[in-house]
Amino acid sequence: MNITLKVWRQKNAAAPGALVEYTVSGVVPEMSFLEMLDTLNEQLIAKGEDPLAFDSDCREGICGMCNLMIDGQAHGPDKEATTCQLHMRRYKDGDVVTVEPFRAKGFPLVKDLVVDRSAFDRIQAAGGFVSTHTGGAGEANAILIPHDMAEKAMDAASCIGCGACVAACPNASAMLFVAAKVSQYALLPQGQPEREKRVLAMREAMDKEGFGHCTNEYECEAACPKGIKLSNIARLNREFLRATIVSE
Amino acid sequence: MKLESKVPSGPIEKSWDKHRFELKLVNPANKRKFKVLVVGTGLAGSAAAASCAELGYQVESFCVQDSARRAHSIAAQGGINAAKNYPNDGDSIWRLFYDTVKGGDFRAREANVYRLAQVSNSIIDQCVAQGVPFAREYGGTLSNRSFGGAQVSRTFYARGQTGQQLLLGAYSALMRQVGAGTVKLHTRREMLDLVVIDGVARGIIVRDLVTGKVERHWGDAVLLCTGGYGNVFYLSTNANSCNVTATWRAYKRGAAFANPCFTQIHPTCVPVSGDHQSKLTLMSESLRNDGRVWVPLKKGDKRKPQDIPEAERDYYLERKYPAFGNLVPRDIASRAAKQMTDDGRGVGNTGLSVYLDFADAIHRIGLDKVKEKYGNLFDMYHHITDENPYEQPMRIYPAVHYTMGGLWVDYNLMTTVPGLFCLGEANFSDHGANRLGASALMQGLADGYFVVPYTIGGYLTGNKLPKVTTDHQAFVEAETDVNARTKALLGAKGKKTPAAFHRDLGRVMWDNVGMGRNAKGLQSALSQIPEIRAEFWKNVTVTGEGSDFNQVLERAGRVADFLEFGELLAKDALVREESCGGHFREEHQTPDGEAKRDDEKFQHVAAWEYKGEGKAAERHTEPLTFENVHIAQRNYA
Ligand SMILES: Cc1cc2nc3c(=O)[nH]c(=O)nc-3n(C[C@H](O)[C@H](O)[C@H](O)COP(=O)(O)OP(=O)(O)OC[C@H]3O[C@@H](n4cnc5c(N)ncnc54)[C@H](O)[C@@H]3O)c2cc1C
Ligand code: SF4
Ligand code: FES
Repeated sequence: MNITLKVWRQKNAAAPGALVEYTVSGVVPEMSFLEMLDTLNEQLIAKGEDPLAFDSDCREGICGMCNLMIDGQAHGPDKEATTCQLHMRRYKDGDVVTVEPFRAKGFPLVKDLVVDRSAFDRIQAAGGFVSTHTGGAGEANAILIPHDMAEKAMDAASCIGCGACVAACPNASAMLFVAAKVSQYALLPQGQPEREKRVLAMREAMDKEGFGHCTNEYECEAACPKGIKLSNIARLNREFLRATIVSE
Repeated sequence: MKLESKVPSGPIEKSWDKHRFELKLVNPANKRKFKVLVVGTGLAGSAAAASCAELGYQVESFCVQDSARRAHSIAAQGGINAAKNYPNDGDSIWRLFYDTVKGGDFRAREANVYRLAQVSNSIIDQCVAQGVPFAREYGGTLSNRSFGGAQVSRTFYARGQTGQQLLLGAYSALMRQVGAGTVKLHTRREMLDLVVIDGVARGIIVRDLVTGKVERHWGDAVLLCTGGYGNVFYLSTNANSCNVTATWRAYKRGAAFANPCFTQIHPTCVPVSGDHQSKLTLMSESLRNDGRVWVPLKKGDKRKPQDIPEAERDYYLERKYPAFGNLVPRDIASRAAKQMTDDGRGVGNTGLSVYLDFADAIHRIGLDKVKEKYGNLFDMYHHITDENPYEQPMRIYPAVHYTMGGLWVDYNLMTTVPGLFCLGEANFSDHGANRLGASALMQGLADGYFVVPYTIGGYLTGNKLPKVTTDHQAFVEAETDVNARTKALLGAKGKKTPAAFHRDLGRVMWDNVGMGRNAKGLQSALSQIPEIRAEFWKNVTVTGEGSDFNQVLERAGRVADFLEFGELLAKDALVREESCGGHFREEHQTPDGEAKRDDEKFQHVAAWEYKGEGKAAERHTEPLTFENVHIAQRNYA
């Protein structure tokens, strides 16, 4: 089949950008969306043209590297799937598809569809850890964690740090990402000693990076490829409030 | 070149303690005067960088992805082994050691493997302390499962995302140090050369993948934690960016490359669907616990699987290996599948797959139970292939998955270049000729958390290192080399894309150096690879500029290195005239088609030394001795 793409092209952060139209021929239903872009790129390179720059790595939905806005949806139309897990059988011959980068103040553009998500790393560095030194750990089974609590913590820990929540949010808020990390530790005994310090530091770092505030738009949860629940944001707010009171 | 393993003498149980005691300590006040460069942020790299920074060293860390958290370790699914013996089923450090040496088909160094088993328990303690959400029992203790054919339940896991959770644990430890200012993290940087001064590793040359700027970094030690080279086969279960560049450039600066032909091919992957394919997806090995593998008896049988009656099916694993059936080890299951497709009995459009059938399991334990056990794997398969495995058999085929070979290291994890260490999948050390399931995660974290933090101290105190700056002639020369290469890639201005060359190389490797190898095929590969390489430098097309974000250039550089490395891999396979583990030489098999080792001639590590452009590499050997594990031929019939 043939697919017409309208793709955001922008040489670098300073240059102006625009949507450019391409037709990709020879697309087969078994291809993934990114393999369709690979096909286009191969054709462009062979013609000596600059191919589209886009990020991806594992191509199986776990590394969080891929990040495209496809027809206005972060990671495209499939529920709970990353961009690399989208397949062309979702489309038919002659379809027109718009592809744009994840846009947010906290994610400055690098080139074409590539953005800089290092803000997430800085938020993590502010408090997304348990302060334990290598070698200082006690016997693993000395910490008992009820099965359901461990599962809940695991639900939150499955965030892949892709940034779709930010891209989908009208305020470009990073609350779901921060909430997932804060929740994982708030639910586990290992996270208790630094419970207040962590949430305050991560919230502060988030604000400093220029992410917006949460006004309950629910878009983040709908876009999240890992099914991270909004209830984590409620927990983050409770943790924040609690920490503000405790630390005063 | 001398290969000194530096394995301590005396009983193996005491080796590591004794060695640690004998390593000189660095005065705490002096630690911050030393700078350690850590390349790679997977399990090995993140663990090493965080641990060295905690000890007080200045650390700089590098990775090619946009965040340290995205290293390929993130993709590991099944689990991590440790000898905790929580289930009380007879496990011990000794048994884990024994199983790993045997699993590696007696081609690993005993003392290294023993140490690995010994520190495995501390790894679990460490990860739990970090808040890694391992699976738990209702009473709150940690859960275990058996994995990869082990007879004891020693595998710890976090759903199907064990690698992700372990890496996020190591990443959190790393980011804590970044926040504290003790680690300087450089993301989207690719190491393109090693700088050696007076025979000692003193720095690296990296390219900033965003700006294209080439940078020089000096250090008192360099740790390569850059993962495996499976992508030399083009298609593999590895992430797209996995490469051999860092270790290959180190090889060309004097680090010996050990056992490059030891590669692992995993039997249960989603088959290739066409030329557009960019990677292969692993389907967990656990599926073979209930699925039955078969192909049609008749060649070229194009009927739907449902229409092929029982009597016209060949359940070939059950037929050939009645004792183990569908649960034979990875290498055996993979080779058997290849025999079937070579025989013209493969299924699917391409004829390059075999069935993995759950109809009997659904009949025996019920649909619900099958759903409960394998639901998410079935969904994943359905999503990728658009075929419903509850209604028709899955189609699977082997794919390149892991590389046991890597830079040669001694007991301290130091390569043949003093000051250059190598950790994780990038080194050759612990898995011999075949890696058992759930042991790569263990090794990466063992190297990073519990081995290198000690051995690096021994190196730094034991050697008087002069101060260097990045103005040194060796830095200038290495940078000049890197720039010349970039210029050559951009200047070829040919007609063929780097990906197309990669695909050509992959085809040669897979056909001749894949699951079954023979002298004729290997010789053919050895004549084809240099031809592809020569064409590459004449006819590759790399668009854009070097001073810019340029993914075509990145790919071209990696493919250029694979085109050199692939030749060494094939050569190593040709010289190793025996079958062992993942290396199967068709000339060396038993009458029933099983791998036949030749311990008399090949009970050694082969380590290749670079002798200069256009010159043949020299093969050195490190003999292996087995004083604790009884050597035996593997038998699964
Ligand atoms: C699909 C899959 C499933 C697996 N499942 C399991 C399992 O269940 N259990 C198990 O034990 N093992 C498993 N493995 C194997 C295991 O995941 C890997 O062997 C292990 O994670 C490798 O870790 P590492 O730290 O050595 O390297 P990696 O995690 O590969 O990290 C490499 C790092 O080096 C960096 N890098 C590479 N080249 C350069 C360069 N030139 N310059 C700068 N940086 C560079 C990368 O950016 C990255 O940070 C699996 C592997 C795959 C592919
Ligand atoms: S919360 Fe979901 S959408 Fe946001 S970064 Fe994590 S995985 Fe991505
Ligand atoms: S490429 Fe890794 S999640 Fe998509």
